Amino acid sequence: MSTAAETALRARARARRSGVADDEARLGRLMLAPAVIYIVALVGLPFTLALLYSVSNVTVGSTGFRIVGIENFRSAIENPTFIRALRNTLVFALISQALVLILATTLALALQKNFRGKWFVRLLILLPWVAPISLGTIGWLWILEPIYSVINWTLRSIGIFGPNTWPIWLGQPRLAMASVITVHVWRLLPLATIILLGGLSSIPQDIHDAAAIDGANFWRHHFQITVPLIKPILLVALMFGLIFAVTDMIVIYVLTRGGPYDQTQVLATLAFFTGIDGGDLAAGAAIALFLFPVLAAGAIVLLRLARRSEVV
Amino acid sequence: MAIVETRDIKKRFGDSIAVDGVDLATKEGEFLVLLGPSGCGKTTLLRMIAGLEKQSSGDILIGGQVVNDLPPRARKIAMVFQSYALYPHMTVAENIAFPLKAQGAKRSEIPGKVEWAAEMFGIKRLLERKPRQLSGGERQRVALARAMVRQPDVFLLDEPLSNLDAKLRTMARDELQQFQRRLATTTIYVTHDQVEAMGLGDRIAVMNQGKVRQLGPPQQVYYDPADTFVAGFLGSPPMNFFNQDNVSAGFRPEHFLPKEVYQGVQEPLINLWFHVNRVENLGADRLVYGHLRDVFQSEKVIVNLPSTLHLHIKPGAAYEFAIKEQDVKYFDRTTGVRTEPKPFWKRA
Amino acid sequence: MASLALVRTAGAKAITFAVIAGFATFAAFPFAWMLITSFKQTSDLVDPTHNPFVFHKPPTLEHLRILFFHTQFARFAANTLFVGVTVVVITLLLAVPAGYSLARLTGPTGEKLGIAIFFTYLVPSTILFIPMSRIISTLGLQDSLWSLVLVYPTFTVPFSTWLLMGFFKVIPRDLEEAAMIDGLSRFGAFLKVIVPVSIAGIFTVIIFTLTLVMQEFVYALTFISGASRFTISVGVPTVLVRGDVYFWGSLMAGCFIASVPIAILYNFFVDRFIAGFTVGSVKG
Repeated sequence: MSTAAETALRARARARRSGVADDEARLGRLMLAPAVIYIVALVGLPFTLALLYSVSNVTVGSTGFRIVGIENFRSAIENPTFIRALRNTLVFALISQALVLILATTLALALQKNFRGKWFVRLLILLPWVAPISLGTIGWLWILEPIYSVINWTLRSIGIFGPNTWPIWLGQPRLAMASVITVHVWRLLPLATIILLGGLSSIPQDIHDAAAIDGANFWRHHFQITVPLIKPILLVALMFGLIFAVTDMIVIYVLTRGGPYDQTQVLATLAFFTGIDGGDLAAGAAIALFLFPVLAAGAIVLLRLARRSEVV
Repeated sequence: MAIVETRDIKKRFGDSIAVDGVDLATKEGEFLVLLGPSGCGKTTLLRMIAGLEKQSSGDILIGGQVVNDLPPRARKIAMVFQSYALYPHMTVAENIAFPLKAQGAKRSEIPGKVEWAAEMFGIKRLLERKPRQLSGGERQRVALARAMVRQPDVFLLDEPLSNLDAKLRTMARDELQQFQRRLATTTIYVTHDQVEAMGLGDRIAVMNQGKVRQLGPPQQVYYDPADTFVAGFLGSPPMNFFNQDNVSAGFRPEHFLPKEVYQGVQEPLINLWFHVNRVENLGADRLVYGHLRDVFQSEKVIVNLPSTLHLHIKPGAAYEFAIKEQDVKYFDRTTGVRTEPKPFWKRA
Repeated sequence: MASLALVRTAGAKAITFAVIAGFATFAAFPFAWMLITSFKQTSDLVDPTHNPFVFHKPPTLEHLRILFFHTQFARFAANTLFVGVTVVVITLLLAVPAGYSLARLTGPTGEKLGIAIFFTYLVPSTILFIPMSRIISTLGLQDSLWSLVLVYPTFTVPFSTWLLMGFFKVIPRDLEEAAMIDGLSRFGAFLKVIVPVSIAGIFTVIIFTLTLVMQEFVYALTFISGASRFTISVGVPTVLVRGDVYFWGSLMAGCFIASVPIAILYNFFVDRFIAGFTVGSVKG
């Protein structure tokens, strides 16, 4: 065939190709674009705005916008409520995470074996995670009600409380913190447990058999074989838990609104009350962002650790 | 029906080159086998012909038309994958009908064609099943039916038998060849299995490191290898090689036989003493391991004796063996390429 | 020896059982309590001398009647459903193509982009809600359900994209290549072969999105002020608490009705969901 004829054929062939529906690279970009544009517009932009707000003087009513530098952060640090909220956030997050990890590991180990009705137990244990958090928390609000609390009645009737003991679970500073931590643990325990169960089930049975043949007892088996093997998953559960704990405001908002006297105020609720209820967007943004660097660094460290110790 | 042609086709993946300038042309209605070890570029070449992979340079022609820029669906080809790639959410009938629908065949024609294809492969009773309810052999037939139902110009087959067990494979090989002969559609078949290649191919293209090392009918690639790679890759056990200066000489294990076997043969013979170390009885054949007694004593030699040859061979003894001069092939030791016969044995 | 081992096994079993029973009670008690409270007469509820575990007065449907006929609970449910369905549609439209693109079409760049997208899921709403409230008011969407429709995909799209990417990755490439040879374009193969084959993954995303929409509280609290536009998670605690007066019976009924059915539905998909969580973060 002559070269000219071939060129003509090639041109015709090119005309027949249907363009973007076959072109991997262009099709790939096109299919990805809507999601990326959306995320940039509605996560990237607000996040940038949050950064910008935190160094400005913007409020709900005004249209004015002036950069004031780290003014908002400085006045936040000088505010005793903020310091209290910062401390509360750390206490709330660390204690609840420690509890979640211990309890979830225990529960996951207990749930490892198959038994009849396991699916039902799993459903029950999952309830707190799946139910709308605000509504589950309302349930606790009723359980912790100062006068009609079922806990108080039960403890009184079995004689642990005297007849005149009326603890106000959500109204006394230490009790209030303990209560919000309990509810938070209640709510995050299912996720951590299920993640850990997934990790446990990925350990090959051979390893358990080998450990049993090698004569490992219960504790040695769990703490020298099982737990190290699920360490990456454990770290992932910890990362999600910490992020949820540091940034959550629903439990505290519903149970105590940060009270009594800001004893359970955390950064997330304080940001809400300052920025939305109080209308001071700039100060609210500064408060909300305050722990972000710590959080991001923590998440990256945990993921790195998880990756490095991955056993496969 | 069409001729498939590649012209100096190349494919690079990053720094590595998978197909390195292949010129190949099928004949009308031919069964062409691409044979080579894994990683030799045979599958990449097939995928470029199918249009699933874009060549880095060079041209592909199907039926005389350059198809470089055509998407797979416009190339009038059909392909059977190693995994069969049956659509798991469709029944067998829907699977077979799929290419017809996708290419806009008339609705009224589809059932008839599906039936015709199913009939041909004997899978009519499976039409309402889903792929997961089929055995390996049944899946393979469905894949073939789906490929041929639209009567393509070219069949491309990527190791379609490798997921079958050994017994089924022999049967499927025979059937496959019969269908191909009946349809007389140009077929390109990729495999790493030399038995399949020898049994099926009208011609075999032996590939290594992205290049076609030899193209020819099975007998030719086997008896007349173009270089040491082809000589060594085909045949089991492989060819015996001896090196001297710049020359390699080789012969196949079944050509080196006890002297008596060649009694009355006209062609010139080379006589050599064979020292036997070990004998392996495989049933149909005996493999005899040893070395030559007088020359090249460090080279191991394997000999394949058909069990119809009732000779007593025992380890530790030496026997007088012979080989036809024409059955010894000579290669350039550095390039591996075939050369003229050399005065090899006398000098040793 | 043998008997000692038996005793130890039995003891281990008893401990395991006790641990599981304890945790199950802890997890489920508030919901059981909601259920009991829903059917108790108010005068029975608010008597501290009454044993709260038993019915001192006959059960009543009064709380349910109030919930359905004297609050806008049905309206909240309808609002939630509207937002849920719309967000599901948007999420699928954005995440299914994006997940496929990352799994198959964009190569190593896509890998990195996928991780970046997953990380946006970790940006908490408590950081975004303040600027978001400004954006919503600029768009004139305050106090409109459309504000939620616009914002909720910020947390459903990243995770769903990631989940679907994992799903698409394990589908053999042969399938779409066969479809392309059989006569479809790359995009056609995606629509007609890959999407139908991934229906289980798409269902997971739907359930996941619906539960997240049901749960969301912060944005709904921030953007919505009119009672007729509340979603369940904000509406129930808002309208059934008047100052200091809590309508406990109706409140608990509302909480129970809105929690348990979706939990049961979710239970069927939880394994896939968790796989997405852990694969997403460990294997990268």
